[in-house]
Amino acid sequence: MRKLLLHSALTLLALLFILPFYWTFLSAVKSTADLYQFPPVFWPSEWHFENFAASWNKLPFNTFLWNSTVVVVLSTIGQVLSSSLVAFGFARFRFPGRDALFILLLATMMIPWDVKMIPLYMEFNYIGWINTLKPLIVPSYFADAFFVFMLRQFIMTVPLEIDEAARMDGASSFDIYWRIHLPLMLPGLILVGTFHFMNAWNDYLGPLIFLNDQSKYTLTLGLALFKNPHDVDITAVAAITTLLCLPPLALFFVAQRYIMDGAVGSAVKG
Amino acid sequence: MASLHIEDLRKGFGALPVLRQIDLTIGDGEFVCFLGPSGCGKSTLLRSIAGLETPDGGTIRLGSREITHLPSARRNIAMVFQNYALYPHMDVRRNLSFGLALNGMKRDEIRRRVDNAADILRIRELLDRKPRQLSGGQRQRVAIGRAIVREPELFLLDEPLSNLDAGLRVTMRVELAALHARLGTTMVYVTHDQVEAMTLADRVVVLDKGVVSQFGAPLELFYRPANLFVARFIGSPAMNLFDVTVASCDAARLELAGPGLMKPLTLDMDGTPACAAGSAATLGIRPDKLEIVTAGEGELAGLVQLVERLGTESHVHVRLEDGRTVMAVVRGTHPVRAGETVHLKLSPQHCHVFDAAGQALPRQLDAETEALINQRKGRLVA
Repeated sequence: MRKLLLHSALTLLALLFILPFYWTFLSAVKSTADLYQFPPVFWPSEWHFENFAASWNKLPFNTFLWNSTVVVVLSTIGQVLSSSLVAFGFARFRFPGRDALFILLLATMMIPWDVKMIPLYMEFNYIGWINTLKPLIVPSYFADAFFVFMLRQFIMTVPLEIDEAARMDGASSFDIYWRIHLPLMLPGLILVGTFHFMNAWNDYLGPLIFLNDQSKYTLTLGLALFKNPHDVDITAVAAITTLLCLPPLALFFVAQRYIMDGAVGSAVKG
Repeated sequence: MASLHIEDLRKGFGALPVLRQIDLTIGDGEFVCFLGPSGCGKSTLLRSIAGLETPDGGTIRLGSREITHLPSARRNIAMVFQNYALYPHMDVRRNLSFGLALNGMKRDEIRRRVDNAADILRIRELLDRKPRQLSGGQRQRVAIGRAIVREPELFLLDEPLSNLDAGLRVTMRVELAALHARLGTTMVYVTHDQVEAMTLADRVVVLDKGVVSQFGAPLELFYRPANLFVARFIGSPAMNLFDVTVASCDAARLELAGPGLMKPLTLDMDGTPACAAGSAATLGIRPDKLEIVTAGEGELAGLVQLVERLGTESHVHVRLEDGRTVMAVVRGTHPVRAGETVHLKLSPQHCHVFDAAGQALPRQLDAETEALINQRKGRLVA
């Protein structure tokens, strides 16, 4: 009985979370008549799946998809490599001021994006990167404080003797990072990669600030084009939003075992 | 193979000195154990030899090469770690070949060496398994195999059996002895288990607070401890020690008296002992050299507090009249019981005497014991 109550409550909660997704999906496939009907229709009389293709073709979404893919793939690779390398440095090297430097790094997490926005714009403008994808990719190659913290915890659970054994086997510090620690922290890397992928995929403000030309737009900026001061194309917004949700969802389902292991592991180990 | 020479080696962590003026020479092909309690510096000494710690001073030479500041990988030394330190994401074959491949060795040679090590250690059927699929003993074999494939001049083993259960430890001890006999490579082995040190080593280095307390053959440490620390540390159950006073001291004879001794004890010494009448000393005797005798015959008397019956022998804990407790080891069928008053006789030829500074006064051992000490450790016979 207790189990039944628990399951019912959980199902209700799950439905609560699924409802916005379902509503977005419904809005994408409804006819215009069904869309504005009140009370709202939860099971439309007609299903217009052609709305997806129509919405996609209203604007150059192939270009936006390519731009988003370039940004997301390159920045994720950069984030995973740079954060793991910095984490390895903090976890395994002994040097004066290491702990103070690490605290300083963690303190950068408290600086809000809004504060960094204008200086970053000025910097990228100075080096001529405005209206290119570089401001959305290159910073990821300089590590992220939160990911560094998380991966450092992973590395610190690996016994130091493994590094020493590798060193006696002739491995350099980079060999130890590349051949020993990188494979060992795979769950952590998948976790970092997934988190960063989602952040980069959903990023709206960054592209809005740094990109001017429509040919450089990412998917999130493209989506915003359906909305103007006079009108909102609800069907198109819902259709593209539904499509935009698919890659992160697919990634999460593929990586969920690692994400759960990684999140729990970094919480209870080290 | 190579000999190892350590001169004036010093190492500290911050203000804490861990190794102080270590001087050792380990012969080519010798099996030497570093023995001592936790924190005595034995692992730091081993890691300094391996190149995993940088000494503050002194030199380390392997054969004719000075290796004090060489990187670990260029010392031609292999090390077996206490917790095995196998690479968890690699199978056994890759664990064994990792170092060889990293150093650019040809595939055929790597295969030959890995197969050879696998045959020696009987792990051929494990080559495709990951470390997590191995038992403790199998992991230990793989860790040793990783050292063997490098064909080093020197093996370093850091408490390699401490994570194994008692039964497996005995088996692996025999296997290590056999491996040393087969390879003939110089081996340095760190342990805090004196049974391992006594059974495996040609010679044992006893370390205490970062200094070499004594360096000698296992039986030399047992029968001729150089100081109180070694006397206390070597032997199980531990040596009984009594505070005594030197009653008289002349050429080759020493007479001791003390609050616990019912009558003076006269010992034959090896030359005139460097002590004066009236000075404080410590008398030591191993529990198995204390004999339960009838009243009037012994030098000690006391109440039996506890008898631990182990089968072949019994440990008798006796509280002396002055409150101190001694232990005697008697045959397992001895009828002594707790609550009885017993008299104990010290066997004078088996007594050890230490001066006020804790240094042993030289004593003449019987010819049989002397011969045993000087005999080289027996090799494992196939």
